[in-house]
Amino acid sequence: MNTAIIQVEKLHKYFGTIRAVIDVNLEIQRGEVVVIVGPSGSGKSTVLRCINHLEVPTQGAVFVDGVHLEDRATDINEVRAEVGMVFQQFNLFPHLTTLENITIAQRLVRKRSKSEAIANARQQLERVGIPEKADAYPRQLSGGQQQRVAIARALAMNPKIMLFDEPTSALDPEMIKEVLDVMLDLAREGMTMVVVTHEMGFARAAASRVVFMDDGRVVEVARPDVLFNNPKHERTKLFLSKILQH
Amino acid sequence: MATIEERGAIDRPEFGAGWREFPWWLIAIIAFLILMGYLMITVEEYSRVFEFVVGRVNSPSVLPDEGFYAFIGQGISITIYTTLVAFIVAMVIGLVTGLGRISSNVLIRNIATTYVEFIRGVPTLVLIFTLAFVLVPETVNLIGLDYVLPMNTRALVALAIIYGAFLAEIFRAGIESIPTGQMEAARSVGMTYGQAMRYIILPQAIRNIMPALGNDFIAMLKDSSLVSVLAVRDITQQARLYAGSSFRFRETYLVLTFLYLTMTLVLSLILRWSERRLNQDR
Repeated sequence: MNTAIIQVEKLHKYFGTIRAVIDVNLEIQRGEVVVIVGPSGSGKSTVLRCINHLEVPTQGAVFVDGVHLEDRATDINEVRAEVGMVFQQFNLFPHLTTLENITIAQRLVRKRSKSEAIANARQQLERVGIPEKADAYPRQLSGGQQQRVAIARALAMNPKIMLFDEPTSALDPEMIKEVLDVMLDLAREGMTMVVVTHEMGFARAAASRVVFMDDGRVVEVARPDVLFNNPKHERTKLFLSKILQH
Repeated sequence: MATIEERGAIDRPEFGAGWREFPWWLIAIIAFLILMGYLMITVEEYSRVFEFVVGRVNSPSVLPDEGFYAFIGQGISITIYTTLVAFIVAMVIGLVTGLGRISSNVLIRNIATTYVEFIRGVPTLVLIFTLAFVLVPETVNLIGLDYVLPMNTRALVALAIIYGAFLAEIFRAGIESIPTGQMEAARSVGMTYGQAMRYIILPQAIRNIMPALGNDFIAMLKDSSLVSVLAVRDITQQARLYAGSSFRFRETYLVLTFLYLTMTLVLSLILRWSERRLNQDR
């Protein structure tokens, strides 16, 4: 029995004639923090989105906690409740308050009582450091606060895995840190995380492994210190030299 | 202390802006309505037309002869009732069809598209005939009912089916106006497609399409006049009957115009006001 919480096997994803992901294999253990880096268009977000079935693979298989996502018999909503996702554009529900954003899925999917959902939501808001924003609407929040609410929304489901799709790319520079701090805390608490990001500082500090992708393929997988200091492949070196220059 | 000249220089641009923004069109329309009201009060022929067209005298007996309907008039009651009920039914049809239009199921999508394109490709007046005389009665026969639907009901069903197709396109556009990230976020926390639609997408979409729905409600009020071709005695039919027997065309159709314009003006003012309120707390 494979103990990996996420298994990606021979994953291919084509959009029409564009081959976004080619033959990706990845195993992620419980408690690991895996950071996926690479140039834009390298397929990193697509791999991430296949892990909660927002994208359906053209070929290959994804298993989450032993459950085969592409199997017709799988109830994908059950799996998704266990896999939190944080988006680049936050995607908060603009017609709902912060608290409602965090409670709605708990009520509908986890079938929790109203008081239980609210208590949990307040706890998650405390965790991401903005308990005072419970009754605010998303438009009244800064980008960094919105993203922290989005993290709280995902955490409120008590997921086993958290996926982050470029969580700081849409943020003003001064707000990046507050979001990364929350993510670092999560990593320290032992959450299994898969993070697509350009924040190399986060990768160095939190990643157990870094995956470098280019042109839809996984080029190199290594511990952050190894990958950043002694990349094996030319393409990795080139990529790192470009982003670490300044 | 500013001199009068100086203050005038400051005030004038503001006065100019107010002058440009002032709703002169509203004044013009209200002036027409007031003139008509004056004629209906002072000129006997106009008041007789009014009484007949709204249906307070010589009215059909489909609705109770006493009380509210009799007071506001049978003709105007039929116009308002037909519009309201047909619009509510059309909203239900429109929502279901709109969802069908974006369904990933090929069969459902094509059924919905066939309906919408069919309706959009035929003139409203022709559709009212076709639906009321052919499709509705034959459907009633087909499901084995030995029952002749009254014309008022057929007219209502026809309007609902026609506007259902228009509203379907509004609902579809409204749903498609919501960024895909909203559906993804809702699905990513484990909501089903239906839950995401009901709790996340539709509340936002309906807010976006309120102005369009309001416009179509006004359009439907106007198009309800077409049911007169089925001899349904709404205000238009009442007017045609009166004009036909009295040859008082000018008075009759001016009063009829007055009635529609009053209703649509009130509705469109309510619509403007509610749009402004919606935009304020956005």
